[in-house]
Order: sequence, then C-alpha cells, then structure tokens
Amino acid sequence: MSTIKTENITKQFEGVHALDGVSLEIPRGRVTGIVGPNGSGKTTLVNVLSGIVRQDAGVLHIGGKEVSILKPQQVNAHGITRTFQEVRLFEQMTVLDNILVVVTERAVAASLFRRRQERCDREARQALETVGLWEKRSSPAAALSYGQRKLLEIARVLAMREAEVYLFDEPFAGLFPAMVDVVVKVMQGLKQEGKSVVLIEHSMDLIRQLCDTVIVMDEGKLLAQGTPETVFAKPEVIAIYVGK
Amino acid sequence: MQELIYYFTHLAIIIGIYAILALGLNLVVGYTGLLSVMHAAFYGVGAYATALLMTQLGFNFFIATGLSVVIAIVLSFAIGLVLSRFDGDYYALGSLGFGVILYSVFLSWRGVTRGALGIPQIPKPELFGFEFSQITVFLLLVVVLAAGVYLCSRFVTRSSFGRVLMAIREDERAIQVFGYNTLYFKLTVFVIGAGIAAIAGALFASYITYINPSSFTAMESIYLLSIIILGGLASLRGSVLGAVFLVVLFEGLRHIGLSSDMAAHMREALYGVILVALMLYRPQGLVGKYKL
Repeated sequence: MSTIKTENITKQFEGVHALDGVSLEIPRGRVTGIVGPNGSGKTTLVNVLSGIVRQDAGVLHIGGKEVSILKPQQVNAHGITRTFQEVRLFEQMTVLDNILVVVTERAVAASLFRRRQERCDREARQALETVGLWEKRSSPAAALSYGQRKLLEIARVLAMREAEVYLFDEPFAGLFPAMVDVVVKVMQGLKQEGKSVVLIEHSMDLIRQLCDTVIVMDEGKLLAQGTPETVFAKPEVIAIYVGK
Repeated sequence: MQELIYYFTHLAIIIGIYAILALGLNLVVGYTGLLSVMHAAFYGVGAYATALLMTQLGFNFFIATGLSVVIAIVLSFAIGLVLSRFDGDYYALGSLGFGVILYSVFLSWRGVTRGALGIPQIPKPELFGFEFSQITVFLLLVVVLAAGVYLCSRFVTRSSFGRVLMAIREDERAIQVFGYNTLYFKLTVFVIGAGIAAIAGALFASYITYINPSSFTAMESIYLLSIIILGGLASLRGSVLGAVFLVVLFEGLRHIGLSSDMAAHMREALYGVILVALMLYRPQGLVGKYKL
C-alpha cells in the first residue's frame, strides 16, 4: 500500500523540465531510495512532495487523499516532514530551541498562553540524545560543525513523532563514518516503527544497505522503480551509472 | 537644583516613552526579523487618537489610551494583512509606504487632526480625581506603563510563540514545513507592536500637551530602528539601553555650545554615523546576540 502517490507531476524552471510527467508510488513503512545523476529532478521531486515547490501539472495523493495544491504549512498536517539538501537550521537559535520549536503548539493563541508540556522537553531531549547532540543543547546552531549541523537537522525531523513520511535529501553528504552510522540507525529505527522513509542518496552501498525500493530518475523522468537488485540490473540504469 | 531635578525627570520621561516604543519595535524587527519602517506611524495613531478623544470627547486619559490601543490594533491588523505577505526588502518598502500614508493623513485630514497646526491643550491624565500634572508623578506613570510593557514583552518572547517568531526570522520557509502558518504569527506580533506604540503615543500626547505630524515621520521610525539596533536586536534590555543611550547622547549635543539648528543637523548626522559604525563593528548592538 502506498503512502504517497504522484500522477504526471510536471515542473519546469525557465523552460527546463525538472520533472516531466512523473508518476510513482512511495510504499508505506518502507525505505525508498531516490537515485539519479545531478539535475535529474530528485530534489525537485522532494520539494514538490513537501510543498516547497508547486508543480505545474499533476496530482499528489497523500494517505489516499487527492491533493492538487500542497502549501508548505500543510505538509505537517499530512504527516510529512523533511530535511534539506543545503542544511536549513534556525542558525541563531540554540540547538535545543531548534528542536523545541517543532514539537510545541502550532496555533498562535496556544503557543502564546499554554505552558510548555513536559512531553516537549522529553521528545526534544530524546531526539538530541539519539544523534549525540544533547551536550551541545545550549550552543547556537551556527556554532556546530557541518556534520553536527546535518545531525541536528535529522534530530529535528526525528522529534516529529506524529509524522508518517520522512523525506531525507542527501543526509549522509559530508558526514564522518561514525555520523553515518548514527543516521543509518535513525533510518532503521524509523522503519521499525512502521514509518515511511524517502532518501535521496548518491552512495549505492548505502542505498543497497537501507532501501527496500529504489526510484531512479534521469532528466526529470522516472527511469525505473523496484527493489535495488532488479533496478540496478536494468541496462538503462547501468547506462546512467557506468555508461556515462 | 529644582530646575536640574525637573530637567532629569523630563529626560527620564522621554527615555521611558522611547523605551516603550523600542520594546514594541524589537518584537517585530529583532525577534521576528520584519524590518518595519512605520513604527512612528502607530505612535502617531496612539497620540492622535488619545488627543482627540480627550480634547473633543472629554474622555479620561486611561480610557482614551485603551481606545487608542484598540484603534491601533484594528488599523495594524488591516495593514499587517497586506504586509505579512511580504518579507525582506519588500516588507521594509511596504511598511515605509504605509508609514508615509499615515503621516499624510495626520497632515492632510485637517478637519480632524488640524493638519500642521496640530492639537494643543491636551489634558494631563487623571485617575479618581488625582491629576498626574506634576512631572514626578507623570514619571511614575511612565515607569509603571514601561514596566508593564517590558513584562508583557518578556512573556511574549519567552513563550513558544516567541520561539516561533525567532524561527521565522531565521528561515520562514523552513518553519512553515513544520506546520506553522507564519502569516498569523507575523500578523499577531505586528499588531502587538502597534498596540505598544499606541501606549507610547498616548503618553507623549498627554505629557507634551501638544502634538503635530512632525513627531511621527519616517525619520522618527528610522530613529526608533537605530535605538533597537544600537541597544541590541532581540534583546529587551537592549531596547531600554538603546533608548537611554540615544536620548542622553542627543540631549548632550544641546550642551556643547551648538545652536539648536546646528544641533538638530548634528543629531541626524550622528544617527547615520552610529548606524554605519554599528553595522561595521557590532551588528548585534550593545547587548544583543542577534544580527539582522
């Protein structure tokens, strides 16, 4: 059963097709890898799925509901959360506040007048401990190293306990091996909890290690979808990675 | 000696009024990152509304102040609905435009505001027969209201709401993805800032007993911005410190033997020098932690 389904999603940037009639399904409770050369439309696809970019044409189905226009602030209500290719933290806020801000009240009045619940502190601490950043909780996010910043962004989505779909855009890029292990464990943990994970990644080893399903994109089109073994055996996929 | 006490009390009242203005503006600019260049316009709305309610309709100062805050809130809500759709430079330009419009209303709606002639003979506050006509008693009123505004601002900034404001300042699109409709938050803080400015306007009108549009220009908004940038963005203490520093500094210029005309020009030049120096060497202000 799919948690997200796209039908003929098209997106152009100044006449260039970033996405060209993409129809695919993200299976529920699985880890789905999105691979493809640079400029193949991977990030644009994730941006469309998270409302950051609005498609020119095509329809999304999220949790069985048709969604023609998805605004960024509606993504959370659909149970979707994400990280960004270029890390986007709240730089001048502390590490702890970067997490607390995503676990507290969404409505204006409640956020102003309701006291912060213990649950928020517990969830924030748990997320930071998982990625090993609890000790850094009082530091400004801007003071962290690149790898730590990536981990903080991952902790931020990890704190979103109500989310069902986790979109990770190149989460392993620039990480030390020990940090890679942390992120691998995070993703395996999410899968064990029955969450759907979508992962853009260039390392085929990590894709093989983590993913149940792989989506291959090229020049804005869906080239192949299936298990890693079947997809990576296809001649057109081999042509992209070996032939080019 | 008596004159000296009077003079310093007067200075303290002016500092208090500017501190209130700076506290409200810092919520909008420092905490939320919305570069509003129209704060003096809401200051003017508060001053004019209070002055008119007191002189034309005979309202008590405190009721007039409450109503002027309501008027500023309603007006800022309407303006904020438009401005909240912008960010960055467009927000600054849009707010500047609305500030100029309101200034033009103060100047041109002569039937109500008396235009450039202004509104004279604004009464002093009175509460249960007690008149705040003595300058030291008026200072007490300013201190109480400034303390109230400070505590309210602290409540706002320390709440989850305040944390969302800062996240909007840092990356509005990113916080939207986590389920926040940032338009509501931007609108709410803008309205709170305008309401606070109206309180300062009411105090100013009743203290000086005369207002005209020249106190509520775009230049005054820039002066208020320089107070919070100097004191410290996203710092309530910085707002107060900036008000103390700039009011005392510019007042000091009057005592170095310059003609009043020259002192006025020097004051404007000094704004510029201070702002450029701060941007170069300490963009977070005297006690602030954040940069624009």
